[in-house]
Amino acid sequence: MLKQNEITVKEPLFRVIKRSNISMPKAWFIRIAAAALSLIVCAFVVMSITGDNPLSVYLGIVDGAIGSKRRIWVTVRETLVLLIIAVGLAPAFRMRFWNIGAEGQVLMGGAAAAAIMIYFGQSLPNGILLIIIFTASILAGLIWGLLPAVFKAYFDTNETLFTLMLNYVAMQIVTFCIVFWEKPAGSNTVGIINAANRGGWLPSLFGIDYGWNIVLVLAMTIGMYIYMRYTKHGYEIAVVGESQNTAKYVGINVKKVIIRTMMISGAICGLAGAIIVSGASHTISTSTGGGRGFTAIIVAWMAKFNPFAMILVSGFLVFMQQGAIQIASQYGLNENASDIITGIILFFLIGCEFFITYKVELNRNRKEAH
Amino acid sequence: MELLLTFLQKAIGQGISILFGASGEIITEKSGNLNLGIPGIMYMGGISGLMAAFFYEKYAEVPHPFMGLLISFAATLIVSALGGLLFSLLTVTLHANQNVVGLALTTFGVGFGNFFGGSISKLAGGVGQISVATTASAYRTSIPGLSEIPVIGPLFFSYGFLTYLSIIVALSMGYFLANTRKGLNLRSVGEDPATADAAGINVSRYKYLATTVGAAIAGLGGLYFVMEYLGGTWTNNGFGDRGWLAIALVILALWKPINAIWGSFLFGGLFILYIYTPGLTRATQELFKMLPYVVTIIVLVVTSVRHKQENQPPGHLGQSYFREDR
Repeated sequence: MLKQNEITVKEPLFRVIKRSNISMPKAWFIRIAAAALSLIVCAFVVMSITGDNPLSVYLGIVDGAIGSKRRIWVTVRETLVLLIIAVGLAPAFRMRFWNIGAEGQVLMGGAAAAAIMIYFGQSLPNGILLIIIFTASILAGLIWGLLPAVFKAYFDTNETLFTLMLNYVAMQIVTFCIVFWEKPAGSNTVGIINAANRGGWLPSLFGIDYGWNIVLVLAMTIGMYIYMRYTKHGYEIAVVGESQNTAKYVGINVKKVIIRTMMISGAICGLAGAIIVSGASHTISTSTGGGRGFTAIIVAWMAKFNPFAMILVSGFLVFMQQGAIQIASQYGLNENASDIITGIILFFLIGCEFFITYKVELNRNRKEAH
Repeated sequence: MELLLTFLQKAIGQGISILFGASGEIITEKSGNLNLGIPGIMYMGGISGLMAAFFYEKYAEVPHPFMGLLISFAATLIVSALGGLLFSLLTVTLHANQNVVGLALTTFGVGFGNFFGGSISKLAGGVGQISVATTASAYRTSIPGLSEIPVIGPLFFSYGFLTYLSIIVALSMGYFLANTRKGLNLRSVGEDPATADAAGINVSRYKYLATTVGAAIAGLGGLYFVMEYLGGTWTNNGFGDRGWLAIALVILALWKPINAIWGSFLFGGLFILYIYTPGLTRATQELFKMLPYVVTIIVLVVTSVRHKQENQPPGHLGQSYFREDR
């Protein structure tokens, strides 16, 4: 009897209740509060290292991200790349298929684009060349996404670990190719490909350098929104993600959905590789992905797979990263400070989702028990 | 013969940091937490040990090797355990997605390592100028006498104490998981937290403890790399992909710490095989460096195809557990 009494007295201080629904403004209020809190913590971190006041730290961030016309375009360009990778990951994650391999899929797409640019850049007219580049990149990304999907579908091979390992295989393939493509010889870098005739470079559109990038990425974003929301495929993805058993019961071919969705996911990541190589950097290296394949996972997750929310999230993250690079050079810190700042912001944003899904309240029963 | 001996010695040297990482990740994964932050935590562990030793040697009048060792060892354990604690806080208490938290932690940890590594390099007077030779000498002390025996000496007794510690940790973890009540409880938490919960096991406590201890063990891999392998210095990104190799090794070892021991030597060997294989061009060398990852993928596929019950990942790996959600 005594023991039972002890159990009833031992009530936790807080009670966690799942919210049945939360209003849009309230959810965004929590997110913005978390972002603000993370900015305050970051400012303190930078302050304690540099000893400058937080206001000038913030001004440094804003200046670095949008301080000049060139910086604005860099921020836009980086946001577009992060966005399209996140868009590519969205359907896979919706299906609860943990595609951690975006980095590798982007690299394979980039390598395919670079290969076509190098071998055919001088001989083919640009229009045809671009079509071949994008097709090749999409195919390369698709294959890199298809591999783990087939094994997942037929043998239930753990896709998180499989896709993770494929990233490093892709990186080695790229370093392998660089040996043949390096210019000048012995530099171990490819340099700007076709700098003279701009073969295989995405041309500017309406006089905007990254015009095609904007059009392609936004088209994919809107397309993905429609695909996930209004098509039969999108519905099947959602059902498989919620419960594979339910999906089987209602007659959805789960294997087919897994393979098809990962082909799409890999293909878009491959396309992202082409956009980076042909539309922005015009070169290839193992850092062509630059960790964005991993950051995009966080973007897709935090945006709750909504492509439009992804624009906001990726924009914010790139803004902070570019700003942090500026602060780093302003205060003579090394450039890795931006990773620390990104990390801190991410921890806050990830943590705040809890308060959107759940309600925490003080346990009233606790007092009554005494 | 001479060459083979050097190769084996170097392979073991490469393997130890991976072994620490894999041991830490195994105990973490056994609790159902897939901590992809391990690569970052290993960076954090390495740099915090180095920084502690650096400041100790800078401010102590006569730095004593053993004191430096104690201080850096403690610093590594504390900082990397904090990394694990942060992961647990976000995934267990706040129910955040494990992959997302893990990747963010890796971004943070690698940045943390390179930032402070770069900063103290600057303090020390330039890139590659950090030297904590006094402390590193303590880490590099091998067993006197035994290490002078020909062949056996260099092969088995020429390493610092962290090498032996890594093997002891892996062996005792294997015993803990297979033969103790607490180990059984931990495995049940990873397999099916709901059942474990119903049986009266405190799921959150096990997850927290396993993840934090696992992170501390993994951090030692970073410390080993910085102190014994590099001899007390730092190069940015010098640790490379070893953290991801540690996660790969968990798969190769089929979630058994004892397999991780020979697996780590195998990985260490594969990692440097290209240096010792004659007739390779620069291009084929790169293909050789792919081997550890390809081998891991093959093991992953083969185990899932054979589908033997005892070789599978923990049942609830990567999923968070919330009692009310069932």
